[in-house]
Amino acid sequence: MEKETDKNTFYSHDLPSTKMDTKVMAKRDEKIQVAMIGLCGCWGCTLSFLDIDERIIGLLEKVAITRSSLTDIKRIPKRCKIAFVEGGVANEENIETLEHFRENCDIMISVGACAVWGGVPAMRNDVSLKDCLTEAYVCNVGAVTGDKPVIPYHKDLPRITNKVYPCHEVVKMDYFIPGCPPDGDAIFKVLDDLANGREVNLPTSLTRYD
Amino acid sequence: MNSVIITIDGKKIKTTKGETLVDVANKNGIYIPTLCYMKDKPCLGTCRVCSVKVNDYLISSCTVPVADGMVVEVENDKEGADMRKALIELLFVEGNHNCPSCEKSGRCELQAVGYETNMMVSRFPYRFPVNERDYASDNIWLERDRCIFCQRCVEFIKDKETNQKIFSISNRGSKSRIEIDIDLADKMSLEQVAEAADMCPVGCIINKNQGFNKAIGKRKFEIETVRERALNTQKNSKTT
Repeated sequence: MEKETDKNTFYSHDLPSTKMDTKVMAKRDEKIQVAMIGLCGCWGCTLSFLDIDERIIGLLEKVAITRSSLTDIKRIPKRCKIAFVEGGVANEENIETLEHFRENCDIMISVGACAVWGGVPAMRNDVSLKDCLTEAYVCNVGAVTGDKPVIPYHKDLPRITNKVYPCHEVVKMDYFIPGCPPDGDAIFKVLDDLANGREVNLPTSLTRYD
Repeated sequence: MNSVIITIDGKKIKTTKGETLVDVANKNGIYIPTLCYMKDKPCLGTCRVCSVKVNDYLISSCTVPVADGMVVEVENDKEGADMRKALIELLFVEGNHNCPSCEKSGRCELQAVGYETNMMVSRFPYRFPVNERDYASDNIWLERDRCIFCQRCVEFIKDKETNQKIFSISNRGSKSRIEIDIDLADKMSLEQVAEAADMCPVGCIINKNQGFNKAIGKRKFEIETVRERALNTQKNSKTT
């Protein structure tokens, strides 16, 4: 995709920001780099990640979270070992982001039902995209009477895919944590195994599909 | 004369000739996942999820009567275990199995067996088929997205008066569809409707008047896993 290059276009990650303490940064650089992203999902899995509670303190001794909604860093600044991917693929931006993650991360984890098989957004796979958008924007019960119904379309809006796809049908994914959302315990088990160089062993006693 | 000795996973087991292999294994603490099989009912052999290696041949253990000298491999045979898992994964992609939105979650045998076979994701592409729901009957909601064609309802739920089948399967292959005879379904007692809903291993036959009637955490397989249930039930029947 061609990027707009005119001088009126700038990205949030290019904006000036306060430099972090060099000592803190040097310490962060030694740790295992983790990137996180939410694609077409509800961010519930990221909230579930926070359910690991105080165990995050021990985990952060070993890992540094780079790009994520929690750190508000919007690009992957350097090669990461682990990627935490929530949500399925429902538009062109999701595909681009997921490919960017695959290129820059060693181990990709599909977290939650949406990333694993499409989840709730994939319920629209039953109907055509046209019917789906018509239902959402034209025949919507909340439409304002007398207003001309508009299906949003603009070059800055990512185009929606015809179907919702699981992440592993777009790029190779290495591990899967099912659940809607998975328990914090399951997420912690996988991250802890990876952070300590153990082989990932997620028992089904910690996972569920609902 | 009727007593035979078979070997399961290297363990010698003394049992009675003609007993079903899956029962013998469970009785001896070896779990074999099943979906269509119901103890004390005629075997259906439709789902093949209980396939194990018998004398080096893969065969569904619910259809095999034990015979002397039989050598069976269940957990020792990693390839067979992976094949059982693959069969479960196929069922998950064949229909639309959205556990978060299904009221059978927690008491669904497909889900419970998925957990037992350590399934995290399906290795096959998700099909997302389009299925019509059938809600014409008074008490039954037929959610075709979830049907796995085990045929339990077809064979075991019949009209009390005429012994006619209430459920049937139309078409073949990927076009197969579970059907319901509305007139006969409306004659079913509420107890029979509950029996049908309970017998359905997935959330396909749903009792319209019940809905989400069991709290999360208190559902059948949340209290006792499908493995524990299979092994315990069998143990109980051994002692009685």
